[in-house]
Amino acid sequence: MRVMTILAASVWLLAGSAFAQDAAPTAEVDDSKAWFESSSVLTQKTGQGVYNAICASCHMPEGEGAVGAGAYPALANNEMLEFPDYAVYLIVHGSGAMPPLGGVLNDQQIADVVNYIRTHFGNDYPDEPATAEMVADTR
Amino acid sequence: MDVDENKNPTRREFLSMVGAVGGAAVMYQAMGMMGLAQASPYSGPIKLDDAPAGTKVLVLGAGIAGMVAAMELRDAGYEVEVLEYRGVAGGRCWTLRAGDTYEELGGAVQKVDFAEGNYFNPGPWRVPYNHYGILDYCRRLDVELEALIQINNMAYVHSTKAFDGKPVRYREINSDFRGHISDLLSKVTNQGALDDVLSEEDKANLLAGLRTFGALNSDNQYVSGNAASGRRGYERPPGGGVDGAPIANEVLDVSTLLSSGLWSRLATSESLNSSMPIFQPKGGMDMIARAMAANLGDLVKYEKRVTQIRQDETGVTVVYEDMANDGAEVTTAADYAVCTIPFSILSQIDHDFSGPLSSVISTMSYNTSIKVGLEFNRRFWEEDEHIYGGTTYTDLPISQISYPSNDYLSKKPGVLLGAYSWGATAYQFSSMPPEERVSRALEYGSQIHPQMTEEFKAGVAVAWHRVPWTLGCYGAWQDKDAQYADGVAMDRRIVCAGEHLSYLPAWMEGAVLSSLDAIGRLHQAATGNAGN
Ligand SMILES: Cc1cc2nc3c(=O)[nH]c(=O)nc-3n(C[C@H](O)[C@H](O)[C@H](O)COP(=O)(O)OP(=O)(O)OC[C@H]3O[C@@H](n4cnc5c(N)ncnc54)[C@H](O)[C@@H]3O)c2cc1C
Repeated sequence: MRVMTILAASVWLLAGSAFAQDAAPTAEVDDSKAWFESSSVLTQKTGQGVYNAICASCHMPEGEGAVGAGAYPALANNEMLEFPDYAVYLIVHGSGAMPPLGGVLNDQQIADVVNYIRTHFGNDYPDEPATAEMVADTR
Repeated sequence: MDVDENKNPTRREFLSMVGAVGGAAVMYQAMGMMGLAQASPYSGPIKLDDAPAGTKVLVLGAGIAGMVAAMELRDAGYEVEVLEYRGVAGGRCWTLRAGDTYEELGGAVQKVDFAEGNYFNPGPWRVPYNHYGILDYCRRLDVELEALIQINNMAYVHSTKAFDGKPVRYREINSDFRGHISDLLSKVTNQGALDDVLSEEDKANLLAGLRTFGALNSDNQYVSGNAASGRRGYERPPGGGVDGAPIANEVLDVSTLLSSGLWSRLATSESLNSSMPIFQPKGGMDMIARAMAANLGDLVKYEKRVTQIRQDETGVTVVYEDMANDGAEVTTAADYAVCTIPFSILSQIDHDFSGPLSSVISTMSYNTSIKVGLEFNRRFWEEDEHIYGGTTYTDLPISQISYPSNDYLSKKPGVLLGAYSWGATAYQFSSMPPEERVSRALEYGSQIHPQMTEEFKAGVAVAWHRVPWTLGCYGAWQDKDAQYADGVAMDRRIVCAGEHLSYLPAWMEGAVLSSLDAIGRLHQAATGNAGN
C-alpha cells in the first residue's frame, strides 16, 4: 500500500515538473526550514511537515505508536481514520494522554496532517478529505 | 518549573515594572502579602493517630507522592505495599549519571557518556526555600542540599533580534534598565508630574531612593561613569599599579535598551518559586528519591505494571503485570489504596472509579517539555567568561542555558543544561531522534558560546512526552476550577495524589502536599469505618 502511495506521489510530481512554469506553489513547499520558526506555533505548511514536527513525537516517525507504562496508539493501519472527523476532533481537543493541539496548529495545518495520516502508514482513505472549514467547525 | 517563565516581552510588562518602581512601598507590601499567601501551607510532619489494626493500604506508583504516602502510612501503623512500574523509585524525581542508559518510547537508547561523577537532572532540578514540605523530607532523611545559583549577573540575556545576535551580560541590562527608569522617574518627579500623589517630602525621599536604586549621579541622571560602572562593569576594571585607575564603560542609550526587549528577562527569577535561595541535592535530584526508597526498603515492589484497579464495599483489588517475573499476572488486595499514577497513564488502565473522577482522569492532558544535558571537556563558561552557575536566557529554541552550581573551578569536564523548552518548540525537539536534539542544542548554544563546538564531549536529551512512565511533563486540567474538587475527592476506598492534584503543579512540593492531604483523608475514612 505504502509503495503505491509513494509511486502515485512521484508520478504526480513528474507531471508537475512538466508544467513547472505555472505549477502551483504548493508543489514546491519545503518544510525542512520551518523547524522552530516560532516559539508559540508550528509553521510547517504540509501535512507531512506537520506530522514530522509534532505527531511523530508520540506516534513515532512511521506512525507505529509506542508502549511503556501507558501507550500511544499506532496510526499505521488504523481503521479509526476511515473518516476524518475523529482525528480532527482529537487533534483540536485532545483526549486522555493526547494533548489538545488546536493552539499550536491552525485549521489548514490540521486538515493537511489529517489527510496525510489518512493516506500514509498503510492507511488508504483518500475520500472525504478533511478541510480547514471542518476544523474550524470543530473548534 | 514556573509555567509562565517563558512569556514574550510586552509593553504592558515594561510599564508594570516602571510602575512597580514608582510605587515601591506598595509593591513591597503586595509582595509581602503574596509571600504569606503563597508560601507552602506545609506545617510540619503529619500526625496520624493509630491505624486500625490489620489495615492494609496499596500505594500505586513510587514517585514523591507515593513514597511520602507510604512512609507516613507505615509510620501510622498501616500495612503498606507499593507497586512501581520502573526498576527504581522516584518517578519524575530522576537523575541520569555517567554510565546510565535510558530507553525512551520509540526505542531510542541513550548511553550517558559523561565523565565519572557527572550527572544531569532531566526533570526537577531546583528546590525553592519556600517549599517547606519537600525540604522537611530532605531534613528528616538527611539529603544534603547545596545552593543552586538561579540568577547570575555575569550570565547573559540574548536575543537573535537585538545587538546583532550577540549576548549581553545580565548585569548590564539590569543596571541600565534600573538606571534609566530611575532617571526618567526623577525627571517627571522634578517636572511636577507626580505632585497630585506625592508631598514635597515624598518627592525628596523618592529621588533619594531612585539615586541608589538606579545608580544615578548627584544630578539624578543615569550616565556613563563610575556610578553606573560600579553596577554594570568597566571598560578597564579597577586594578593596581600604574594602570590601576578604572575606566568606565558606556551605558546603553534608553531607546536601544527598550527596543532590545532584553528587559523582559529581568523579573524571570523574582517569582516565589524561583527566587534565591534555591537548592539542589548534592550529587543529583534523585538523592531525594533514593533516600525515600532506602527508608521504605522492601515495601516497594519494583517492575510491577498496574493494569487493573477495582473496589467494592470491602476493599480494593489491583492486578499488575509482574515484569520481574516473565510478565506474570498477579492480583493483590488491600483495604484502601492511594493511586499516584499520572492520569496520562491511569486513563488507559482498566478501573472502576466514579463518573466524576473518571471524567477528570480522561480529560487531563500532559504538557510537553524537553531538556538537553551537554557535557564539555572544559568549563569554558567559568574559565573564559567568569560565569559560575546561574542561567542565560535566550529567544533561541533552547530557551536557556544553565551552568552547573557545583564543582566550580574543577578541571574535569562539566555538564550544563543546554536546552529547556516547552510548547511548540518542545514538540518539535521531541519529534527528533535524541542525537539530533543534542546537535541542535549545540548548534543553537554555540551562537552564545562558540566554544561549544570545540569542547563538546557528550549529550543526553529527554523529551518528556517520550518518557515511558509519565507520557508527559505535568498534568494540565481541562477546566481546573470546575473539576478540581472531583479530582481530589476520595472515591470510596481509593484516593488519588500527585503533582497533578495540587495548585503547585510541576513541583515536587505539589506532590508532597497532595499526598499528605490525601492520606489524611484516607486515614479519617479508615478510622471512621473501623469505628475508632
Ligand atoms: C522537566 C521537568 C522539570 C521539573 N522541575 C522541577 C523543579 O525544578 N523542582 C520541583 O520541585 N519539581 C520539578 N518538576 C516537577 C516534579 O518532578 C513533579 O512534580 C514530581 O516529581 C511528581 O511526583 P509524583 O509522585 O506526583 O509523580 P511521578 O514522579 O510521576 O510518580 C508516579 C510514579 O508512578 C509510576 N507508574 C506509572 N504508571 C504505572 C503503572 N501502570 N503501574 C505502576 N506504577 C506506575 C511511575 O513510574 C512513577 O514512579 C519538574 C518536572 C519536569 C518533568
